[in-house]
Amino acid sequence: MTETTLPRPLLGRLLRGAAARIRGGEGGFPWLAASVLATVLACALFGPWIAPHEAGAISLADAMTPPAWEEGGSSEFLLGTDNLGRDILSRIIAGARVSAVVALYAIVISGLIGAVLGMAAGYFGGVVDALISRLIDIQMSVPSIPLAMLFAAVLPPGEAMVIFIIVLSYWTWYARIVRGEVLSLRERDFIALAKIAGVATPVIFIRHLAPNLLNILLVLATLQFGSVIVFEAGLSFLGLGIQPPQVSWGGMLADGRNFIEVAWWLITIPGIAIMAACLASNLVGDWLRDTFDPVRRQI
Amino acid sequence: MKVYVLKRIAQGLVAIVGALLIVFVAQRLSGDPVALMLPMDAGEEDFAAMRSALGLDKPLPLPFGIFLGNALQGDFGQSYQWNAPAMQLILERLPATLELAMAGLVFALLLAVPLGVLSAVHRGGAIDRAGKIFAMLGQAVPGFWIGLLLILFIAVELQWLPAFGRGDLSHLLLPAIALGWYPVAAMTRTLRSSMLDILESDYIRMERAIGLPERAIVWRYALRNAMAPLATMIGVYFANMLGGAFVIEVVFAWPGVGRTVVEAVFARDFPVVQAGVVLSAVVFVAVNLLVDLSYGFIDPRIRHD
Repeated sequence: MTETTLPRPLLGRLLRGAAARIRGGEGGFPWLAASVLATVLACALFGPWIAPHEAGAISLADAMTPPAWEEGGSSEFLLGTDNLGRDILSRIIAGARVSAVVALYAIVISGLIGAVLGMAAGYFGGVVDALISRLIDIQMSVPSIPLAMLFAAVLPPGEAMVIFIIVLSYWTWYARIVRGEVLSLRERDFIALAKIAGVATPVIFIRHLAPNLLNILLVLATLQFGSVIVFEAGLSFLGLGIQPPQVSWGGMLADGRNFIEVAWWLITIPGIAIMAACLASNLVGDWLRDTFDPVRRQI
Repeated sequence: MKVYVLKRIAQGLVAIVGALLIVFVAQRLSGDPVALMLPMDAGEEDFAAMRSALGLDKPLPLPFGIFLGNALQGDFGQSYQWNAPAMQLILERLPATLELAMAGLVFALLLAVPLGVLSAVHRGGAIDRAGKIFAMLGQAVPGFWIGLLLILFIAVELQWLPAFGRGDLSHLLLPAIALGWYPVAAMTRTLRSSMLDILESDYIRMERAIGLPERAIVWRYALRNAMAPLATMIGVYFANMLGGAFVIEVVFAWPGVGRTVVEAVFARDFPVVQAGVVLSAVVFVAVNLLVDLSYGFIDPRIRHD
């Protein structure tokens, strides 16, 4: 009998190797994912100094240059150029900056709002809890993309609107989890003792509750980074998010879509950037969760 | 059980009224809502007439009451772009969106069921590991990008399937894959873990002892019971797909609710946007309600007391 397919153990080992290299082995630090994430953040911080060209620089003579390794490519434009001769690599770097800034603002704001409301609901219980829980239910009954359409129709487009829309759909996530956490924290002795000692409620929140929530908030924030980037890319792809001349990965995909038949790199490269950034933050988030909060492997 | 059903229905209604409140607030955020509702060339009398019709010249609770009353009758005003009632326009596009979401669900199940079962049966094997990698990628790759790649490779390079529009099955295939892509990972993992539990249970051991063929045990007896957790997820994912269809419909020029709403946003046709958003919230709440109520039927061990 002749065996033409790859023998099973070898295929298994290959897959295991690939998985481990991405994930950093069982419980190990995901080096590859962390360096991708660090690269995205470095582009966000130092983008204008790293980028080989200016992101908006038009050079019609160089339009539609394929990536350097393709026939007709040039080492001056490593990832090629678009229909206006703008350098794709520089635009990817500029897009990283926009994506990271939007994601950071959105995560910090929705985290703060969610944490405060979740803490209040869990700590006070009763009417406060009922009100906030209903608010969460209502918020979650409108799917986030239609909700985004609604506000995109009435607010001026741009970074601030994108951040607002993301905060609107994401704060419930923090609020629900923080609420659950506080429900169990408030039964603990140190909170009861603080209350008996007459510590003011805001001080209990800041000194006693918040430090115990930091780990879970950090894990949630990292896990959300990727999802926020994908959401923002979707909005910008529809033309409802980041507006030109600002560069965004979703916007690059929308531009590239018109040239799908002639320039494959215009729609593959920005997508790879979105995928890499999201995958990296998910993997680092998974690692943080397993390390800081082993109980909660479900989220 | 009866109390539970009534309570869930009441919660659903509160959620829908809440969604209407969000829509109302959004309308108010834009400054003068009448400016959104009337065409660009409307005169001053049109503005005044519209204002009094909506109760905008009265104290605040009243306009919301009127808005709510109209909304409950499905009246969100006229689309000035198409000169037809906004909700009617949206309802006309709904079958196309439902068709796409159903097809997406079928695609997700066709991929997730065999993958989930085989990952559980050959636990730790090549398929299981491939499933894990797929699950990681699935969460990180946006569906609309999968859609663009499908157009690039299948429609443009290979020319196997059409890239745009709605028509026969060949038009449905690519958008269904792009839309169904996202839930595959979660469905596979859910089915895998429930299959693992069931394959270790006593009655499966019993069937093995009797000497039933392994294939029948896995695919007929174990799978039927392992489907329960997946079945409850199906409704939730179906509801999510109706929202996700907004972007996919634009990618593939699919004439559904999503594309209509996106176009209405650009045309500043606010009544249509409102109608589309409210309809997707209603469908979302209704599907989730049905799923919750069906738990007891799918898995009789769950009782709502």
